[in-house]
Amino acid sequence: MTALTGLSIAAVRDGLAERDFTALELAREHLRSIEKARHLNAFITETPEIALARAKESDARRAKGKALGPMDGVPIAIKDLFCTASVPTTAGSHILDGFTPTYESTVTAKLKAAGAVMLGKTNMDEFAMGSSNMTSYHGPVKNPWRPKGREKRDKNLVPGGSSGGSAAAVAAGLAPAAIGTDTGGSIRQPASFCGIVGMKPTYGRCSRWGIVAFASSLDQAGPFARSVEDTAILLAAMAGHDPKDSTSAPVAVPDFQAALKKSAKGLKVGIPKEYTMDGMPAAIDALWKRGVAWMQAQGAECREVSLPHTAYALPTYYIVAPAEASSNLARYDGVRFGLRVDEGGTLDEMYAATRGEGFGAEVRRRVLIGTYVLSAGYYDAYYLKAQKVRALIAEDFRKAFEAVDVLLTPTAPSAAFAIGDKMDDPVAMYLNDVFTVPASLAGLPAISLPAGLDADGLPLGLHLIAKPFDEETLFRAAAALEEACSFDAHPPGFGGSP
Amino acid sequence: MSYLVKGERGDWEAVVGLEVHAQIVSNAKLFSGAATQFGAAPNTQVSLVDAAMPGMLPVLNGHCVAQAVRTGLGLKAKINTRSVFERKNYFYPDLPHGYQISQYSQPIVGEGAVLLDMADGSTRTIGIERLHMEQDAGKSLHDQDPNRTFIDLNRAGVALMEIVSRPDIRSPEEAGLYLRKLRSILRYLGTCDGNMEEGSMRADVNVSVRPKGSNELRTRAEVKNVNSVRFVMQAIEAEAARQVAVYDAGGQVTQETRLYDSDAGETRPMRIKEFAHDYRYFPDPDLLPLVLTDEYIRKIEADLPELPDAKKQRFIADYGLSPYDAQVLAAERETANYFERVAKGRDAKQAANWVTGVLFAHVNETGKSIDASPIGPEALGQLLDLINAGTISGRIAKEVFADMAATGKPAKDIVAARGLTQISDAGAIEVAVDKVIAANPKQAADVRAGKAKTIGWLVGQVMKATGGKANPQMVNELLKRKLGG
Repeated sequence: MTALTGLSIAAVRDGLAERDFTALELAREHLRSIEKARHLNAFITETPEIALARAKESDARRAKGKALGPMDGVPIAIKDLFCTASVPTTAGSHILDGFTPTYESTVTAKLKAAGAVMLGKTNMDEFAMGSSNMTSYHGPVKNPWRPKGREKRDKNLVPGGSSGGSAAAVAAGLAPAAIGTDTGGSIRQPASFCGIVGMKPTYGRCSRWGIVAFASSLDQAGPFARSVEDTAILLAAMAGHDPKDSTSAPVAVPDFQAALKKSAKGLKVGIPKEYTMDGMPAAIDALWKRGVAWMQAQGAECREVSLPHTAYALPTYYIVAPAEASSNLARYDGVRFGLRVDEGGTLDEMYAATRGEGFGAEVRRRVLIGTYVLSAGYYDAYYLKAQKVRALIAEDFRKAFEAVDVLLTPTAPSAAFAIGDKMDDPVAMYLNDVFTVPASLAGLPAISLPAGLDADGLPLGLHLIAKPFDEETLFRAAAALEEACSFDAHPPGFGGSP
Repeated sequence: MSYLVKGERGDWEAVVGLEVHAQIVSNAKLFSGAATQFGAAPNTQVSLVDAAMPGMLPVLNGHCVAQAVRTGLGLKAKINTRSVFERKNYFYPDLPHGYQISQYSQPIVGEGAVLLDMADGSTRTIGIERLHMEQDAGKSLHDQDPNRTFIDLNRAGVALMEIVSRPDIRSPEEAGLYLRKLRSILRYLGTCDGNMEEGSMRADVNVSVRPKGSNELRTRAEVKNVNSVRFVMQAIEAEAARQVAVYDAGGQVTQETRLYDSDAGETRPMRIKEFAHDYRYFPDPDLLPLVLTDEYIRKIEADLPELPDAKKQRFIADYGLSPYDAQVLAAERETANYFERVAKGRDAKQAANWVTGVLFAHVNETGKSIDASPIGPEALGQLLDLINAGTISGRIAKEVFADMAATGKPAKDIVAARGLTQISDAGAIEVAVDKVIAANPKQAADVRAGKAKTIGWLVGQVMKATGGKANPQMVNELLKRKLGG
């Protein structure tokens, strides 16, 4: 029997259909690999009972000839930001201690209905605020990749964030796929750091109902997997209009897989000149150039485009996102659920003690920034101006997409860095999202795929951005790029290998 | 006559604006499907959204939007085709989200007007500045436990309209008229039940004063959450007097939030902490801007009922009623409908007199609504028919009315059972007349001598003798004929 833990969704789908193995065997193998890789700290809550029960149900359906579709029996990991009925949901925060939802998020409910097998809830930056997974109350996740030749010596690397646990789990072969959320790069940057594919759909493509909110106008659920095709399969099971989320778009879900089969011939690829940054590592610049060549080799036309307001994207993001977060996180007050720190003082003292102890430093920082930028006297200068710049950024993209079909950029300005780095410099940490944030602000679909290794043997990602609700073109371009760069590296210990 | 507050150095005028919070008539809350019934057991009408559980999202209740538009149209106001829900951020235990979803810079309804029907029959216009939709908060229960406060979230998320008037109100009386008129319009529209005892309507009262004849707008104080028309009127009186006293003493009125203490009859500042908020309004990213089409608005407009002002004008024009009677009858839809059913095919003025007189007296006495009165409009109409057919006199009719109210029986049954039918038999009346003439020779002689007034006294004697049942007109004629008066 082949190692079940290294299989793609497509291979799992086919293997189950061919009765090469059962969903139960798959679930058991993956649960075993999760157990063996606990040192990675990729999971906050493992859910073996649920996994085994759902796997059995899947096998039973299949035995009756009633398999549900490509996700039936496929094990997946769920970012602990998705509320899951009767399974603790922490959002990586101390303040949600003891919180077990009675309800299931729309996205995880859809996956459950599609027969997917939940393995557990993955670790993440607290309330999805972070780019390193260092802000989790449940401790940092270790990136399964190690610098070549210094595996034993060097400190462990971060998996990126905020969906670091999901990315690390997929990279390490603990799950064929996982779901995460992306607010400013929280799927794409960890995908790049962990050498896997991570995709953020158009804002409104997936329902936000039941996802613990960070920044409502930016948050979007998306898939992680080890191939473009797998992310397309997984997204199809997650997407769709939800009347419970007023910002979810009432548009049909197209056949993403069909789009993969189209050639990239004639595709117009834009290379935004403003994404060339001072001090960008040579390896990243070189990979970007290779990406252009790969796309050309696949028959695409590449041309330079301009997104003039790019430089303002990061500051704009760090006003809009904290502003929304400061309000979204007001409900964590110790009154109805989660942690309450009550030292017998006044109500205001209870609020302050609960939130002071329940929230970590980064969350407190962003709540303070958000409160500040919305305050009387500062609102116009910060929040209102940021909203205006956000509209200009979206307009930049709209104009660029009059000439091209997709944009190609690096995903992140560096490879994964060591645990503990950049912790004393929040701005340096925020710079991780410099290439991913603009598409977030414009609500555009974007994907990161592993395209090469740097000198240390660490994965680097390339990033494609498409028009709103044009995930088909995004997948088509990504499949072409994936084929061209034929990345097939895995971290040590992948799928239980020694 | 204008309302003035006497100060030490002259008269002062009150400048008042009202912000009325009116609960929208809706089975479900503004952003959730939870029920809104009044008086339910605590925390039994709370959805996951209302309790602000993590990941829950608001979904706008379309019925509430239609109700707000309907109200705006009823206030002859501009409907904004694009409005935005914003978050008003503050911490309070009965506000589970830590923010209230409200409309701020872009409300659903713009400027409108309410007409006041003044006591002298004239009208006065009070401007409406805006109407916006917002969620109510829950309720903190401080009296359930000596050490703890309990929270009831049944009200949390209930849909409210905040209707803001311009500072056009000049007296407690006008404030009372405004509130009653607004309530009347809301009830006609069916958008708010106007029940102040159940908290369906509450008012924040903005009061300032200025020297008589001045046009300035001085610093105002806001008296929060006043829950009856009477208390609003009292609060204005107390607050205007307080501010005049402050100015008289050389002081300045500060902009602040106050509460009206109805027991003490005075306003008092709220604790600083309760209002020193920077609400940090910003558009709610969970909700898209609310965009309405002209077609949608026109459809609601086409469905509007006749409102009190139009009805009043029609009552004056069609029934020849006085402006006062017309206004009184049009104020409540139930009264207006009742009146019109009585008036149909009958003397409208007589119908108006009976409804505003005898029926109102009865309704007030029993404390029942006009709809719950045991005498329906058909029954009252039949009573009037008996008067007009000459079967009973107006005086007897009032007795019959009292019997109808007590027994619920039709007028004609009571008249028949009690033998109250007017005597119109000339022979029977003649016998009675002859007896009265014989018994009162002096008065009869006076009439014969030309003292016409005395004939009235003789009519009275005949009526007395017949137990009020004789047809007074026939008695009069007979006496005149016999005495040559």
